[in-house]
Amino acid sequence: MNARERIAKQAAAYFAPGDVVNLGIGIPSLCGDYAAPGVMFHTENGLVGVGAICDGMLAVEGFSNATAMRFIPVPGASAFDSAESFGLVRSGKLAATVLGALQVAENGDLANWASPGRVFGMGGAMDLVNGARKVIIAMELTTRDGKSKILKQCSFPLTGKNCVDHIVTEQCVIDVTRDGLVLVALLEGLTPADIQKQIEPRLIVADHLATMPV
Amino acid sequence: MADKYISKEKIVRLFKDGQTIMCGGFANHGVPNKLIDCLLESGARHLTLISNDSGDADLTIGRLIRQGVVDKLIASHIGRNTDTIQLVEEGKIELELVPQGSLAERIRCGGSGLGGVLTKTGLGTMVAQGKQVITVNNEEYLLETALRADIALVRARTSDPLGNLTYHGTMQNFNPLVAKASAITLVDADMHVDIGELPLDSIVTPGAYVDYVLAAEESDHERA
Repeated sequence: MNARERIAKQAAAYFAPGDVVNLGIGIPSLCGDYAAPGVMFHTENGLVGVGAICDGMLAVEGFSNATAMRFIPVPGASAFDSAESFGLVRSGKLAATVLGALQVAENGDLANWASPGRVFGMGGAMDLVNGARKVIIAMELTTRDGKSKILKQCSFPLTGKNCVDHIVTEQCVIDVTRDGLVLVALLEGLTPADIQKQIEPRLIVADHLATMPV
Repeated sequence: MADKYISKEKIVRLFKDGQTIMCGGFANHGVPNKLIDCLLESGARHLTLISNDSGDADLTIGRLIRQGVVDKLIASHIGRNTDTIQLVEEGKIELELVPQGSLAERIRCGGSGLGGVLTKTGLGTMVAQGKQVITVNNEEYLLETALRADIALVRARTSDPLGNLTYHGTMQNFNPLVAKASAITLVDADMHVDIGELPLDSIVTPGAYVDYVLAAEESDHERA
């Protein structure tokens, strides 16, 4: 299992059968492969019950996710318009959303839609972080050039304030709490100090630190 | 009973410079492509376009961007379309970004005789700049105001002669919303049936909202 798959598997552990869950692009989109049977996936354009991504002879006309990938709806799927779709997101019935991040702050602020010189639009991300009962960030711990993405304060435009619950990375899982960032799971072979030196805010280590298998 | 079918030639004549156009579709999917053909053929320019996104470069709704007929775009996302990104950066298109759910609600309000909606989405972000924050029951909300257009372009699965519409899967997206929020609503339907053939409980957009349906012989059944 590579690092991206490990992150997706760990994030998918938050879903329970019967949950309605929205997955963002990139690593979050891989979570479906590791979810418990009975989790229903939501897509922003307007459907609950997104199934396998498909193409060629498996492609079904009329079913495409928010990033224009065709999928097969699962039995029991329901389709609706985009206002209904986000009504559902804000209603409290969406158990979780898994999103990528450019920056996450100590207080749970999230920046994931714009960086300097790249303003492509927030799409549904601002509604998702406002509405989902649980906001899970699935990302690599640092940028490609090793810079910290977990900061005291975000410098990029915000997606939402105080909205992140869990940060799942290839090296660890960190919960955002009122007391600060709490390290709750750690990759086999690493120490809390290894994580601390890669993030800006002070890290609290949980009493019962779980181990993430390699 | 008078039907709402109209020829492509007559639709082309409805478009004028400076109009606000609302268009259904989401990431190239469920886009009223035949009506976009009509709009391009009309030569109308300096348009304000309201749509979830601007498609891909020169594809579906992205053709309006490539042809340079859009002055202002109100959308939630432009990242798929390299033309849009470039024109916005060059200052040739004015862009208003709206969170997807708030955009859907603003259009829904415009089509339902409402002035706007209160949402927590965007509070504490750039989206809140210049917008009213209203406190209701000790909770803060952002006021997102209604959007309307001169002409709405709608892609439906099925239409009857009165413009009663059904949709299919995720091709529904913003289509039923824009169908209600414009002075003139135009429909591009994949299939045409007679009055009474659509089970009345399955109609999503009542024909009361629809002004014209692109006549069947103009419609192409084999589209993405």
